[in-house]
Amino acid sequence: MDLYRENILDHYKHPRNFGHLEGAFVTSEEINVSCGDRIAIEVRLRRGKTPVIEEIRFNGEGCAINQASASMLTEKVTGMKVADVLNLTLTDVEALLGTRLTPSRVKCALLPLEAIHKAVQSVR
Amino acid sequence: MFDPKIIQKDFPHLKRTINGKRIVYLDSTATSLKPQQVIDKENEYYTKYTANVFRGIYTTSEEATAEYEKAREITAKFIGAASSDEIVFTRNTSESINLVAYSFMLDVWASGDRVLTTIMEHHSNFVPWQQLGSGRGIDVDIWYTDKNGLLDMKALEKLVTKKTKLVAVTAASNVLGTINPIKEIVRTVKHLNPKCLVLIDAAQAVPHMSVDVGDWGADFVAFSSHKMLGPTGIGVLWGRRDLLEDMKPFNYGGDMISEVHIDRTVFKKAPHKFEAGTPHIAGVIGFGAAVEYLTALGMEHVRAHEQELVTYAIEQFSQVEGLDFVGPKRADLRGGVFACFMKQAHPHDIAQLLNEDNIFIRAGNHCAMPLHDYLHVASTARASFYIYTTKADIDMLVEGLLKVQKIFS
Repeated sequence: MDLYRENILDHYKHPRNFGHLEGAFVTSEEINVSCGDRIAIEVRLRRGKTPVIEEIRFNGEGCAINQASASMLTEKVTGMKVADVLNLTLTDVEALLGTRLTPSRVKCALLPLEAIHKAVQSVR
Repeated sequence: MFDPKIIQKDFPHLKRTINGKRIVYLDSTATSLKPQQVIDKENEYYTKYTANVFRGIYTTSEEATAEYEKAREITAKFIGAASSDEIVFTRNTSESINLVAYSFMLDVWASGDRVLTTIMEHHSNFVPWQQLGSGRGIDVDIWYTDKNGLLDMKALEKLVTKKTKLVAVTAASNVLGTINPIKEIVRTVKHLNPKCLVLIDAAQAVPHMSVDVGDWGADFVAFSSHKMLGPTGIGVLWGRRDLLEDMKPFNYGGDMISEVHIDRTVFKKAPHKFEAGTPHIAGVIGFGAAVEYLTALGMEHVRAHEQELVTYAIEQFSQVEGLDFVGPKRADLRGGVFACFMKQAHPHDIAQLLNEDNIFIRAGNHCAMPLHDYLHVASTARASFYIYTTKADIDMLVEGLLKVQKIFS
């Protein structure tokens, strides 16, 4: 089992982009009721014809997979066009984590992506 | 006393290996494993006397009917019911509770009435009251636990009023492990309000300890087959006979009638009027074998075995720094279920890492979200024991937890 490999644990113990964002932003929150995980996303966008994520932060609590996924995703989407962010799927999340997920863990890994999508889809 | 290592031989599931390693099944509170005797008995119906019950006058139908009704008698005897007519077969504990809610409470409830339940209930003994009560002017009162996970009997005196129509309480918590003093609770409730009825969710009690419904003195008791070695899809509702006789059917249809005319229907008597449609015949017959298995072991021995495991587990858990569990710390007050949390690791990660060594526990809120909110924990990692659990299983669990601690420290 390679789920708890170094890079996942590293992101879990030292999450990137964790915290809050000052200034103009869009926000969202997602909760996984079955396990109580909660993630909040705060985004600053460069608006215009093709909006881009300038800066992003997340906070909340969750398992290692959930937090590592959030940490890695926020790194990935920084500087990305919103249209491209909205096209990210489970496959991209699995690629970031470097592992396939069992059905019961897919929700943990996808919660941050769902929150990011929810935050930015209004400006598409 | 029995030897769990010998018991294990009866459970084919425990012979399975995954990645060359044996299974350590620590999720019996969710559902128990099934012994060969139960599997064989269920199979016997499918191989020897497959036929519908209460219909045929041919040999196999009569055999099936006899086996089905025998399971009812075995069950009645097991829980000290006065008669097998007091045993209704349902699909599960939730359905048993819903049966009482729909067939009985909806008829007797009046706006302004109250239901009292506890913070430690499984959703199955909470959501029906909340949902059916709201919109009918029925308020649900909550009896909270103290810091040790115990219900305070003094508090009960203030909670039961003349308006309280029903007290719905669990006999044993699937999260805290707390075993509630049901006899004392029923006596107190009846003293405070003789007209108030008491329903016991015994899903975590009947599988683990000796239960005598007559001694408890409650009005309804609900439990499930699948948590006590039996097949899934079978639940039991025990009800006081006079109440069952007065209650309307829950479902309408086949089997539950004695006469049907274009303009009216006469129902069978209890319990059959509550068992509409072809029941889960094989499941009920298999459940009978599960009850016989437990009867042969002796429920005092089942409880003694679990108490020994609980004492051992509490001792061993102290090795794991940062590990704690909810509910009472005393073995005599609790059953073999430990909902744990670790400072460093999330319950999902604990469960996932233990899974690598085939140690199966459950992570989440265990169908008790109000309780988790009350305890201020989002979720817990729950390990639970049964007759086939050994001290070696607990050692494996502790070893696994130490591994989790190492990875996340």
